[in-house]
Amino acid sequence: MSEMAGKLFSWVNSRLPIVNTFERHLSKHPVPSKVNFWYLFGALAAVTLIIQIVSGIWLIMPYSNTEEQAFSSIEYIMRDVDYGWVIRYIHTTGASLFFAVVYLHMFRGLLYGSYQKPKELVWIFGCTIYLAMMAEGFLGYVLPYGQMSYWGAQVIISLFGAIPYIGESLELWVRGDYYISGITVSRFFALHVVALPLVLIALVFLHLVALHEVGAGNPEGVDIEEYLDDDGVPLDSVPFFPYKVLNALVAIGVFMTVFSIIMFFFPEGGGYFIEMANFQEANPLVTPEHIAPVWYYAPFYTMLRAIPDPLGGLIVMAAAVAIFFIVPWLDRSKVASIRYKGIYSKIALTMFGVSFLTLGYLGTVGVTEIRKTMSVICTIIYFSYFLLMPIYTKYEITKEVPKRL
Amino acid sequence: MQEKDKTRRKVLIGLTSAVGLSGLPFVATPFIAAWNPSAKAKAAGAAVKLDVSKMQYGQQIQVAWRKQPVFIVRHTNESLAGLDLSLDKLADPNSDQIIEPYKGLNPSRSKNPEYSVMSGVCTHLGCSPKYHPEVEPKAWDASWKGGFFCPCHGSMFDIVGRVYKGVPAPTNLVVPPHMFEGTILTIGEDKEL
Repeated sequence: MSEMAGKLFSWVNSRLPIVNTFERHLSKHPVPSKVNFWYLFGALAAVTLIIQIVSGIWLIMPYSNTEEQAFSSIEYIMRDVDYGWVIRYIHTTGASLFFAVVYLHMFRGLLYGSYQKPKELVWIFGCTIYLAMMAEGFLGYVLPYGQMSYWGAQVIISLFGAIPYIGESLELWVRGDYYISGITVSRFFALHVVALPLVLIALVFLHLVALHEVGAGNPEGVDIEEYLDDDGVPLDSVPFFPYKVLNALVAIGVFMTVFSIIMFFFPEGGGYFIEMANFQEANPLVTPEHIAPVWYYAPFYTMLRAIPDPLGGLIVMAAAVAIFFIVPWLDRSKVASIRYKGIYSKIALTMFGVSFLTLGYLGTVGVTEIRKTMSVICTIIYFSYFLLMPIYTKYEITKEVPKRL
Repeated sequence: MQEKDKTRRKVLIGLTSAVGLSGLPFVATPFIAAWNPSAKAKAAGAAVKLDVSKMQYGQQIQVAWRKQPVFIVRHTNESLAGLDLSLDKLADPNSDQIIEPYKGLNPSRSKNPEYSVMSGVCTHLGCSPKYHPEVEPKAWDASWKGGFFCPCHGSMFDIVGRVYKGVPAPTNLVVPPHMFEGTILTIGEDKEL
């Protein structure tokens, strides 16, 4: 029996590179031997992507993408479909946690210089994934066709209208109607469930292929490729399987616990994960008193609001995301990790973190004079972190990086 | 391979690619055009008619044209007389900054001085401003002369939809094409335009 299984395996393996791939990318793939918890969020993001795809497929089945039925089909899922509420809350909780995990993953990158040569492409693919996720999240939020779906989309689509000359016709083209109608919902549905997931999966694949080509980083910023054993394997490395896989499993266990607590006890996240206004059906004639984006877009929404001119706001908001792409060329430091960078880098990163969180908070509350001033200040700090990076990273005094991990 | 052949090959590759690429706009056309409003959407977006003679003075009603709110206000003589009082607060009192079909027609910016017809979509980010006709101090303006206030980002407009200075909205509320036939108001169509 086992002989037959062995024969079958070798028959398949000589036609499909199973052993080779397993060794190359798992059991013989070297990763730094010493990393910390910051290095777990990539794996968690991958897990969340799978959760979103599976729960998403199950949501497509009872969902209806028409103007008349979209909202009621969500209520149908919540009330009449067996365990439909679980599936939907998995998807909504997953969306918020996906962004949480990705934000932490990105912060890790800034913290330990995970974008530095030769990891520029890994970083750029990552930024593109983030961009695709923002689009994916926005499109998905429109699908329930609730009040916040409608008016949030109204705000975002009218951003296209701020583009000179072609703006208005572009808006009409994106909507396919004179308002956000069933036509808009069904095209957003197609993009949300087919087009963007394909793009996301392709980008994740590229992100990982590029990562495996250049090797994962570590919090010390040590280049482990410098010291190899006789087989050419870095001395300060362990194979990805089983060491990192088992490591990640523990993290996944903790993550799933947090996920379940939110999903079962606080699925709306106090109005931050699913906004209260979205429990009412879309009504083009009534604007909700307070339009706020979901928390993960809030920092950028605050920037948009801080600029009085819509086109200016659009440019600032787009620049705030786009600037991440050029970080590998903004950082002129000799060292990668914040541990060996100078005091200016530490102050800059702290101020950036604080301003980002403040911008996030401001995006979820109403506008007052003082908050408007704060938004402008935080926007300036946000951009200063990036734009001054070539200066403070070049001239600050850095510490000596050790040779070995 | 000879130099001559290399050149010939380059030219042939270039020409073949050019011919192939010339098909691209043709292939792209249906995919782009399919996103335009369909015939059904266009029909549903046709003009709407209503009788405005039943409106009370000072009353604002809202009708949906293309599912967008359109505000119709029947002005009192007092509010029309008070239009010039807050001129210095307005960013564009003569609607110079927007393309408006009825520019300078009459103080109410419409084809009938008694009424104002304007899109109920804030020119900032598309929210719907609220009608506050009372002349009294408000949380957003201590010397409020009546008009529209947008709850989303605090834009203010006067009673005929002209935008205040220093608010997020860049321009006056847009006046849609409209016409009066007696007391019948048609929104979305104007035979004279």
